[in-house]
Amino acid sequence: MRLTDIRIRTEGPSRSVTCLPRLNYLRTLEAESIHILREVASEFERPVMLYSIGKDSSVMLRLAQKAFYPGPIPFPLLHIDTGFKFKEMLAFRDEMARAVGANLLVWRNEKAIASGANPIALDTKRCCDLLKTQALLDALKHYNFDAALGGARRDEEKSRAKERIYSFRDRAGQWDPKNQRPELWNLYNARIHPGESIRVFPLSNWTEVDVWQYIHEEKIPVVDLYFAKERLMYVRGEALVPVEQAFIARPGEMPQLVKSRLRSLGCSPCTGAIRSNAGTIPAIIAELLTCRLSERAHRVIDHDQEGSMEIKKRGGYF
Amino acid sequence: MAAAAPEFSIDDYLLQESEKDLLRFSTAGSVDDGKSTLIGRLLYDTQSVYEDQVRSVDGKGTTAPGQIDFALLTDGLRAEREQGITIDVAYRYFSTARRRFIIADTPGHEQYTRNMATGASTADAAVVLIDSSKGVLLQSRRHAYIASLLGVRHLIVAVNKMDLIRYNERVFRAIERDFRLLLAQIAADTGSPVELLFVPVSALLGDNIVHRSKAMQWYGGPSLLELLEMLPSSLDMRDMPFRFSVQRVVRPDHSFRGFAGQIASGTVRRGARILVQPSGESAEIARIVAWGGDLDEAHAPLSTTLVLNHEVDISRGDLIVSSLAPATVARSIRASLVWMDRRPLEVHRRYQLKHTSLTVPVLIASLESRTDMESITNESAQTLEMNDIGVAMLDLLRPIAVDLYAANRHTGSFILIDPESNCTAAAGMISGAWRHATSSRSLRANASGAVTAEERSAAWGHRAGVLELTGPIEIIDLLERSLFQEGAVTCRIDTRDAALETDTGLLQALIRSTTQAGLLALVVTPAEIDTLTVRVEGEQIVLDAKLPRKVIVAVHDLLARSGILLSREGEESR
Repeated sequence: MRLTDIRIRTEGPSRSVTCLPRLNYLRTLEAESIHILREVASEFERPVMLYSIGKDSSVMLRLAQKAFYPGPIPFPLLHIDTGFKFKEMLAFRDEMARAVGANLLVWRNEKAIASGANPIALDTKRCCDLLKTQALLDALKHYNFDAALGGARRDEEKSRAKERIYSFRDRAGQWDPKNQRPELWNLYNARIHPGESIRVFPLSNWTEVDVWQYIHEEKIPVVDLYFAKERLMYVRGEALVPVEQAFIARPGEMPQLVKSRLRSLGCSPCTGAIRSNAGTIPAIIAELLTCRLSERAHRVIDHDQEGSMEIKKRGGYF
Repeated sequence: MAAAAPEFSIDDYLLQESEKDLLRFSTAGSVDDGKSTLIGRLLYDTQSVYEDQVRSVDGKGTTAPGQIDFALLTDGLRAEREQGITIDVAYRYFSTARRRFIIADTPGHEQYTRNMATGASTADAAVVLIDSSKGVLLQSRRHAYIASLLGVRHLIVAVNKMDLIRYNERVFRAIERDFRLLLAQIAADTGSPVELLFVPVSALLGDNIVHRSKAMQWYGGPSLLELLEMLPSSLDMRDMPFRFSVQRVVRPDHSFRGFAGQIASGTVRRGARILVQPSGESAEIARIVAWGGDLDEAHAPLSTTLVLNHEVDISRGDLIVSSLAPATVARSIRASLVWMDRRPLEVHRRYQLKHTSLTVPVLIASLESRTDMESITNESAQTLEMNDIGVAMLDLLRPIAVDLYAANRHTGSFILIDPESNCTAAAGMISGAWRHATSSRSLRANASGAVTAEERSAAWGHRAGVLELTGPIEIIDLLERSLFQEGAVTCRIDTRDAALETDTGLLQALIRSTTQAGLLALVVTPAEIDTLTVRVEGEQIVLDAKLPRKVIVAVHDLLARSGILLSREGEESR
């Protein structure tokens, strides 16, 4: 047989004039994220979306609605409930799942919760290990999920900056940062052996401001805790600790009303609030543009020790 | 927490943001070139680092007291901070008043070259760092070569540590001259011209990083950041031929059947004539579906859902293209490979090839050459080891629609996946595409003895088989056409042939020699009836001959089930 060389035509015979403007930066990110969500839904047998109720999850949920429109979201949502989430968050979660028509799964490490695990009785690291990491690993195993979508961004923290979009996890759910699969162009390697899994981060290339701009443009609902209001707080130096759990109070400590908001949502004992007047999304964006502290600066858990996020991720944290 | 400036208007801000474009660039340098320091400086001086992140590293580094060790800002892993090296590619984000930037920060030492290719694969520009006291090293050659090979169009050479050589212009000019010579040689090899820019810097002291340096009046040019702001923005994919890889068939109910994907290049309009590849079927765009309402027109890189004007058999991995400028349906390709796996390349071994949203089995037919980085020359080789770069011929066991990498980064690229370990084994850039497989030729060159059934099956891309068909000749013609388009090599035997009627043993002999040749024998009995009877290896089905699409799908399924045709992966979602 003779080889027949086919010359590839590099340009079409007729060049048409495009009247639409180029996609701007944010819409380029949107298109990339939708591409990732569709790849996951098509290439894995049992994918799930980790839904944490926060702003990033809210954006990821909207992107999933868009990706499969006019069809439904083809995977369930999974919330890891530590038992220490703000009441407003849980109400918001149930309402969103209803509104979107998604199948919401909630998983709690009931054994640890029943035995009284909390960040004061234990330390924050051991509390996180039990109520978040262990609960997540148990849930993924229980449902046999082979891919878990998460809303983490690379700009959040420096070990996250080293994450792939498809983050390979071994049978124990562990991350090996020194042995990651190369990730080129937009070609994602979804091949795994039984028991292994992939954590997928469709918002990898978004920054905190991008998330808020998108929420603003798309009018995406977010939990009210993000907006500044007079809230009862224990004031400890620069730190504001929300009054939500009784055990958090120190002897004789009195809460004060402080105009404040949460910059990122987590468990109430470990998520510090910030003093703020930003009561609207535009005000939040304006605040972020002048803010000199990172999103996670107010959190208690990331500071336990140098590289604590990396250690947690190696252990299976998302 | 600072209060918002009173005159701040979110609408003005969003308008300003919406006009910003995006530049993705990668950075590379050898160990101790000061790359992390340079990026740390770039982020710090553009106020892209938060104070708490600076505070957490202040006093922990190896720099003099009072100075921030910028490298500690970017080296995110504990092993990196402990060993003072960068291990893995990291992504950084920053913004100026003009533009948004994504940096792919890649380690420079040899064993992590695969990460350099990773960073360069999505980059429009690359910043290569050179230590002014060391000049152009082997690593610099490698970086320039990979950037050129991966189609990075602009290369900025930042000659660092100028402060250590007292800002000596002659040293800078000598490096510039050496590098220009090197790049001319590289471009001749990769066939990909790259624009070169040079800037003398001191990352440690901030000279010519963000602000122009007063210490180098002889230079007088823009700082590194100014260069990055001035480069032409990312390649505009809108004016290229339309390419849309189907990721998923969206079929929420019987009234809607759409094809979800991302526009890789070009523009699509309602009513446009398209071609589906590799099948070659054509249709018109009926709807461009989006969440906010249908669009009249859409362009790259939008993710959207297309609805066609009539029912066409399309599944995940098919490429929808402009009918005026289709892609090449190829059974064999030539490609540059950057080998990334510990297990070296093995000629004649099967790998999985992922191209757009399609994964197909592929056979490495031959290795043409390996590139020697020191001399930038091609030498013959038996294998590629991790971090080697070479050119190979690959046989696709199913035809796919491709473009050359030089013409289209999305439809001209692929990755190879090791079928045993599932590791990403190589990155590939297509430089040639052919309609037929090459393996018969290459296997002949390397094997001896009788030709085996396995060799034949590798050559044809399917197993030998007998497909018995009884029914109208029109539907048999259509069916053979569809098999042909899938790449099957068919041989038709008409049972009513006069010679066969006189000698019944002859038919069996014909079938035997056809299957021994590894071909798909179509044993055809034309009949003017309404049904088509199909028999494959003892399994028989009767189909309605008036429903050609159903017939084609059913027969292809039957052949896949019996292992004659390779089964199609990632069939449309249900």
